[in-house]
Amino acid sequence: MPITISPARVWRERIPRYRLVGKRCKKCGRIIYPPRPACPACGSRDLEDVELPRTGTVETYTIIYTVMDGFRDKAPLPIAVVRLDNGARVLAPLTDIDTEEIRTGIRVEAVLRRMKRDGEHGLIAYGIAFRPVLYEQRKQ
Amino acid sequence: MARDSGVVGWGAYIPRYRVKMEEIARVWGWEPSVPKGLGVVEKAIAGPDEDSLTMGYEAALNAIRRAGIDPSEIKAVFFGSESKPYAVKPAATIIAEALGITPETMASDLEFACRAGSEGLRAALGLVEAGYMKYALAIGSDTAQANPGNVLEFTASSGAAAFVAGPASESVAVLEGVYTYVTDTPDFWRGAHSKYPLHGEGFTGEPAYFAHIIGAVKGLMEQLGLRPEDFDYAIFHQPNGKFPLRVGARLGIPREKILPGLVTPVIGNTYNGSALIGFARVLDQAKPGQRILVAPFGSGAGSDAYSFVVTDRIEERRDKAPSVDTYIERKKYVDYALYAKMRGIIERIYE
Repeated sequence: MPITISPARVWRERIPRYRLVGKRCKKCGRIIYPPRPACPACGSRDLEDVELPRTGTVETYTIIYTVMDGFRDKAPLPIAVVRLDNGARVLAPLTDIDTEEIRTGIRVEAVLRRMKRDGEHGLIAYGIAFRPVLYEQRKQ
Repeated sequence: MARDSGVVGWGAYIPRYRVKMEEIARVWGWEPSVPKGLGVVEKAIAGPDEDSLTMGYEAALNAIRRAGIDPSEIKAVFFGSESKPYAVKPAATIIAEALGITPETMASDLEFACRAGSEGLRAALGLVEAGYMKYALAIGSDTAQANPGNVLEFTASSGAAAFVAGPASESVAVLEGVYTYVTDTPDFWRGAHSKYPLHGEGFTGEPAYFAHIIGAVKGLMEQLGLRPEDFDYAIFHQPNGKFPLRVGARLGIPREKILPGLVTPVIGNTYNGSALIGFARVLDQAKPGQRILVAPFGSGAGSDAYSFVVTDRIEERRDKAPSVDTYIERKKYVDYALYAKMRGIIERIYE
């Protein structure tokens, strides 16, 4: 039984993936998710952790029908660029939504979901997905 | 007579997908009166990216939002489930990490069929009262398993509830007392490597569900000097829509006090979520001063009977998280094929 999901990676990425923690560049203010060692805008390595807002708007999306290995049970798999309420952009799957309901501009919120499972025996990687906001749904 | 602990925040989670009883009956050729006899119309199904951990996490997040506390002040996380994502590797640590509770905390997964989450709640309240910590978190969550085609499949569903236990001075519902009643009773079990549980047919009712809940509730009332009419609400474990009303009748508790916390008819039996989601729904509507009886049950077998008294703080915390009814109303029906895919009923090589 080969291990394809690296335990070291699951461990290293657990805080950003579970809690939506990114980096803020102290030099230019850019917010980066997922975290990287250097700011992609100005190159500064002077970054600090920042917990990102859990709500945002779908900016653009795609729907994957020919999914990657291990994702057939989640197909069709919608992936979106979500603009969070502080302006940061996050690439993440959409969940609890039918493909025909997906539009740019819909309000979504972060939830913790199973991202990938390493077969029957390996690790389960958990992470952030976005679903339509519950409270705003109720107000309609 | 109040003790020095209680529920500071409560939360629930019910997944979006539903399958109707008649769809299950259609596929397995059951006589249509069978699901009607269970008093259930549809059940909730976890989606393809959900499990007991993700559901328990969201219920706990809702409980912490209502409690209005810093998660790092929680010093114990108990996760009660019989559908843990891993056989060995605690869900409690992953949930604690995701909620920002780690590293200074107790954390463990508990197993006692449908009652493990309640044991966690009792332990959480006890740890707070004993002065070891200010807050403790108890979660009950299941993606309930049932052998496809077995009568249990009509009800086995998915959902979670969570409670932050804390000092009485901050509670929305102060603990008055709790009485636990357990015996060795072989009414329902799942072997170490079995995918689905088995049950002792007629054994699940009288010597298991009824004997233990009645034993616990009578023990509690005797301990506290209370009578059935002293309670404004009663929530019992709800394996189907009928048993809670029947056990209530035998205890002298009328159906109108049971119905507000009876969620199984519309979401199914969420195992460790069952009575605790019912308790959450009652907290969604209870008024200050009201007394609540909560009696979860787990096969194997045991029941805890709790008495809680609601405080003035409940109103201000109610709208800080989605209500149980918000989740009940959010639903999408799926057919048996999609349900079978989502619950891993279709045998396939993982690729």
